[in-house]
Formats: sequence, C-alpha cells, structure tokens
Amino acid sequence: MRAAGLHLGLVGLLLAAHFVLPAYHHGVLARVMVLAAYATGYNLLFGYTGLLSLGHAMFFAAGMYGAGLGVRFLALDPGLALLAGVAAGALLGLAVGLLALRTAGVAFMIVTLMFAQATHLGILLAGRWTRGDEGFVLQGPERVVLGLDLGDAAIRYLAAWALFSAVLLLVLRLVSLPAGRVLVAIRENEERARLLGYDTRAHKLRAVVLSAAIAAAAGAAYALLFGYVGATFASVQYSILPLLWVLLGGAGTVIGPFLGTLLMFYLIDTASGLTPAYMLVAGLALVLLTLFAPQGLAGEVRRRLAPWLP
Amino acid sequence: MTLATTTRRGALKALGAGTAAAALPLWARYAGAQSAAPIRIGFQKHATGIGATYGRWYERVSQAAVKRINEAGGINGRPVELVTEDDGTDPKRGAEVVEKFALEHNCDIAFGTLFSHVVMGSAPRAGELKLPYFVVSEGHHVASGALNRWTLQPGITDVKSQVRAMAPWVAANLGKKVTMIFPDYAFGHDHRDNFSEAIAAAGGEIAGLIAIPPTETSFTRYFPQVPAETEVIYHVMVGPGVLTFVKEMGEFFGPSRPQVFGFIDSLEGVDLTSPGLEFLEGTYFWEGNPRYAQPDQTSHDKAYRAAVGVDDNGASVDDPRDVSTYAHMFGCWETLNVIRAGMEAAGYAGPEDRQKLVEAVEAMTEMPLSDDHPQGAKVFNGKTHQVFGPQYISKVEGGRLNVVHTASIEDGMYPDEVDYTTQPF
Repeated sequence: MRAAGLHLGLVGLLLAAHFVLPAYHHGVLARVMVLAAYATGYNLLFGYTGLLSLGHAMFFAAGMYGAGLGVRFLALDPGLALLAGVAAGALLGLAVGLLALRTAGVAFMIVTLMFAQATHLGILLAGRWTRGDEGFVLQGPERVVLGLDLGDAAIRYLAAWALFSAVLLLVLRLVSLPAGRVLVAIRENEERARLLGYDTRAHKLRAVVLSAAIAAAAGAAYALLFGYVGATFASVQYSILPLLWVLLGGAGTVIGPFLGTLLMFYLIDTASGLTPAYMLVAGLALVLLTLFAPQGLAGEVRRRLAPWLP
Repeated sequence: MTLATTTRRGALKALGAGTAAAALPLWARYAGAQSAAPIRIGFQKHATGIGATYGRWYERVSQAAVKRINEAGGINGRPVELVTEDDGTDPKRGAEVVEKFALEHNCDIAFGTLFSHVVMGSAPRAGELKLPYFVVSEGHHVASGALNRWTLQPGITDVKSQVRAMAPWVAANLGKKVTMIFPDYAFGHDHRDNFSEAIAAAGGEIAGLIAIPPTETSFTRYFPQVPAETEVIYHVMVGPGVLTFVKEMGEFFGPSRPQVFGFIDSLEGVDLTSPGLEFLEGTYFWEGNPRYAQPDQTSHDKAYRAAVGVDDNGASVDDPRDVSTYAHMFGCWETLNVIRAGMEAAGYAGPEDRQKLVEAVEAMTEMPLSDDHPQGAKVFNGKTHQVFGPQYISKVEGGRLNVVHTASIEDGMYPDEVDYTTQPF
C-alpha cells in the first residue's frame, strides 16, 4: 500500500511539475522521463532478474528505427509508429533472448554486447534507408497524432509523462506478482528456483522480451518526441548509460532508475558549467557512490529506512 | 506558458526604474537600457568526443572573430558574447545544449556545430524553439531540405558542392578511371554518390568502389581490390585509422602508384611531416582553405591568420606542432561575420527579432572576398540556406601543400533541392 502510494505520488508530482517548472527544466524532465523509462526496462532485467546486458542500446534503437522508418517510409501515424517500434524491440528481444540465454554471467554480457554491435553496424550499413551515422530528422508534420503536435513543449511533456507512468506502474505491478518474485528468485539463486519447479529459462526469456519492449518504447518515443533518429543511439555508449543510471539510482528498486537518470543528467549539466573536466566529476561521483552507497540511492533508502520499498 | 502577472513588488520596481531613467540624460537612457546588454551567441562546441580536435580550433577562431567584431564596435552598438557548451559530439547532448542556449542562457542564437549527426539531432529542437541555428558543418543536410527554416549554413560550403567541384579537374589532369576508397557510412556515401555522378559528367568513369567498414583498423586486404586499369585513387578516409591507411597504401603500391587524390578532412590537425605520411608526397588534396600560406596570399588571409594566431604553416604561433584544422575553421569566422551583417540588416534588438534575422540572412546573395570572408568570395542561396564558394586543390611537395588549382564558385553549384523560404516560421 505504501509502495503504491509512493509511486503514485511520484507520478502525481511529475504531473504537477508540468504546471510549475521553468521552461528549461520542463524540457529536461520530459527527456529524463523518456530515458528513465529506458532505464526502468533495463532494471527489470539487470536489477530484478540478475542478467547484466551490455547491449540494450540495440533494443532502444530497434524502437527508434521501428518507429522512425515506419513514419519515413510507410507514412505511419505516430501512434502506430510507437507500436511498430515496440514490436520491433520485442521481436529483437525474443531472437536475442533465445540465443543469448543459452549463456550466463560474463558470457551473457559478451553475447549481448556482440548482438548490439552487429545491430549498430547493420544500421550503418543500411545507410540507404537509415542515413547511417548521420541519421534523419522526423519533420513537424510527421509528428502530429490526433491533432496533437508532439513537438509542442506541453504535449511532449505529457506524452513523456504518460509513457514513464505506464512503464513505472507496469513494473511496480509486475514485481509484486508471483511472476516478478520468481525473477528475484532467479537472481538470488537460479538453481534453487529451478529445483522448486520453475521453468527459469521461460521466465528469463519473458523478462528479456519485456525489458526489450520497454526499452524500444522509450526509443520510439525519443524519435517521435525529439524528431531525430540516429545510429549513435545504437552505439555501446547507450548500452552503458542505462547501467550507470540504474546503479546510481538503485538496482532492483522500481523508483531507482528514475532517480539515477535525473541525478546523472543534472550532475553532468551542472558540472559542465563549472569545469571542462565534467566527466571526471561524474566519474568521481559514481566512484564515491559505489564506495559509500553500493546499492544506489533508492537501495540505500531501502536498507536504512524503508525495507518495504519494492 | 509565460504568465503575465503584475505583483506589487514588480510594479514598484518598474516605477522606480522609470523614475530613475527619466532623471538621466537622453543618451544615457539608451546606453543603460537593453541595447547595451551583450548579444549572446551560444557556441555548440565539440570539446569532447570524436570532434574534439575540430572543436578546440573552432572555438579559437570563434573567439578571435568575436574579439574583432567587438573591437569594431560590436553588433548594433552592443558587444557580442560567446556562451560555450560542450556537446560531447553527441546528438542527444547537442539537442540538450540547444535547449540550454535558448531557455537557460537566454542566447540570441546558436552557432558552430560541425559533425553532421549532432546537427541533425539538434536542428529539430532549434526549429521548435525558434532559435536561429547557424551550423559550420559542411554536411549536405541543410541544402538537402532535411532540416528547417531556422537552420542555416552561410559560412562553409557543403560536401556535395565540394565533391562536384573536384571532378572536372581530376578528370582533366589526373586521369579518367577513378577508384574510390571511402568509409561505409553516410559521409562516405555522400562522396561516392556525388563524385560518381560528377566524374561521369566530366567524361571520366568509376573503375572501382571500395567501401571500408567503419570498424576497420587495417586496410591491407582492400588494396588488391583496386582494379588494374585505375588511373586515380580517390580516398576519403576519416578517423584515427588514417595514418595506418596511408602507410599501408604506400607499402602496397610502392613507387609505381596511380595518381592519388584525397580529402584533407582526415588529416586536419595532423602534421604532414609525421612519420608514415611520406607516401603522400606528390599526391593531391582538396582543401577548403589552404593550410600553408601561398605565394599569392591575400591580405585578408594574412589578417585572418594573425587574428587567430596561426603561422604560415597552418600551425599555432605558440606551438608549431599544434596544427590547426585550417581547411574548415574559417567557416566559424565567416559565419560570425554573416551573423553580424544579418543582425545589422535586420536591426536586431533582441529575441523578438529572431525571425527578422533569418529573413535578413535569406536575403543575402553576394559576399565579396574581404577580411570578413578571407577564404574567398561567396554566393549565398537564401532558398536552400547554403553558401557556395571556391575550393582548392593542393599538391604535397616537400611536406607542404601547394595550391595547384582553385575551383570556381560555379563549379560547385547544383540545382536547388528545397526552398525553405516557403516554409512557415
């Protein structure tokens, strides 16, 4: 009950922020919510299931290109494009999951990394349609759905809020269900979960597909809300970022990925105004956090103050 | 979403300011008012990431141009201030930086982006925020119609223009059968498509097309693919692999090489006397602006070099090993002068005049060779938001680049692909 209240409170707070935030921070929060949805999807696999993927950018990119190419070449309505993006991510998740889950641990990291590299190169090589590294722009008229212009600041914020809220509440619900508890059991001791009769492979595959679909939804939303589709988002850097956001905010907590994404943005944005070596500041903050709060922000809160935090 | 509210404190402040202003002489009222505040130009700098070498020199040139503009009285009597933010050569951060310029730093315009993917990622936000966005990218993205009415490229020519201008000279002087070696992504594809078309129009032909995957670190296995009848190798490799590329090309061909023509992009910021580059002796390069001061150097180039702090070899006057990105960075200098001319023509007073600024730049056509345009005379196409100018072909002789041909502005022209002036603001 407390958990539901807390997360609904966050959703309400973010909605309220729409009406009071200054323009710059309003725009920042819209982007942070989209990326936090990506991190929340990543956390489902990493934080709850214990599978460390180093290739999630491929799912984000699958959503981005599924939606972007759908708009560009099939003249899809943004609503349908979002669905196309999610479908592309889920299908890729299924294919990668079937193969990568034959491995575990470090091998799983390497296999996902390799699949992501292949996806990145595939996008570059299909330059005729994707415009490779340069990418392409979705023009204003291509981003209007039901008469709503997704390039408008208010519409963009509310769309990002709707996406993030849906993902947050979906994952909150999932982790409280028996299926979610099985994922935690797999994370803690897969052998034991299997001995108890759970088909751990099927559970892990479902987790990969759902995590990929959420990452893809975020990628598709980024393309539709910010008007750009590019191969950079498929690069390894965008696989590492959700890992950092989740570690910072708290792996295996529902609220953590949002906190991590938000904090990391403002850490870099503020530090870049103070010193050219701002990445050093960000790196130092992460090292300190790892030393003194290894479970991340929400993880520490759970450990010290609120053991009920999901 | 701006709320127009009047508070008691605000009203008192305004009354106080009004009373104080009324007590001042007429001239002092204007000097102390909004008109004396600096014009703020947001400079999107590639300080980190793959574009860092360019970013450092782009900033140096931009600071020099701003200093010169301020010493000449600023713009419309107001000083100019450069507000620099690192975009990490990343399209997501680029878009964030554009938002920061418009909404946090209260910049009048944004300026200075080089890498195409950062331009593409940032331009939609500039358009939505109605922030004039002056890029110095040489990408064909602006003139192709992919961007929007708020994005302009008035200080540097685009890759399509550059490539087309090279073909007639290559066919007439180096050979008609050309094999292209290019990176297998958008930048390389632009070269492949535009040069293939232009060389055919110039009476030549493509003997071979060799696309190098972006992750390649050794090129030895590609050189045997060069057809035997090849008369000219056209290379446009970029990135850190270029030194290996040149060395391995030298080892493969030895002294019996075909003619070699390349784009200087990959060797910007690199000393031509670096070990491994000996093979380049006697080969040819496109240069946007000649790195080495030429015997017929104009007074404008001389003044520009002095202002930026670059010696006759294109290196920093403080450190001869610090080679500049001379072929491209003039674009920042010229763009800032176009911005000044545009703001003066528009009577620019503040962000409410941003649309007038874009319209004033769109109305520009001829830009004569001058201290404002030291690279050469230009012609601006207001419909496509793209400038056209001369291109240089230089030969490597004794470890320096000597200009052997200057392609005219007309050589690089092509039919319009967009008319931005028909788009609403």
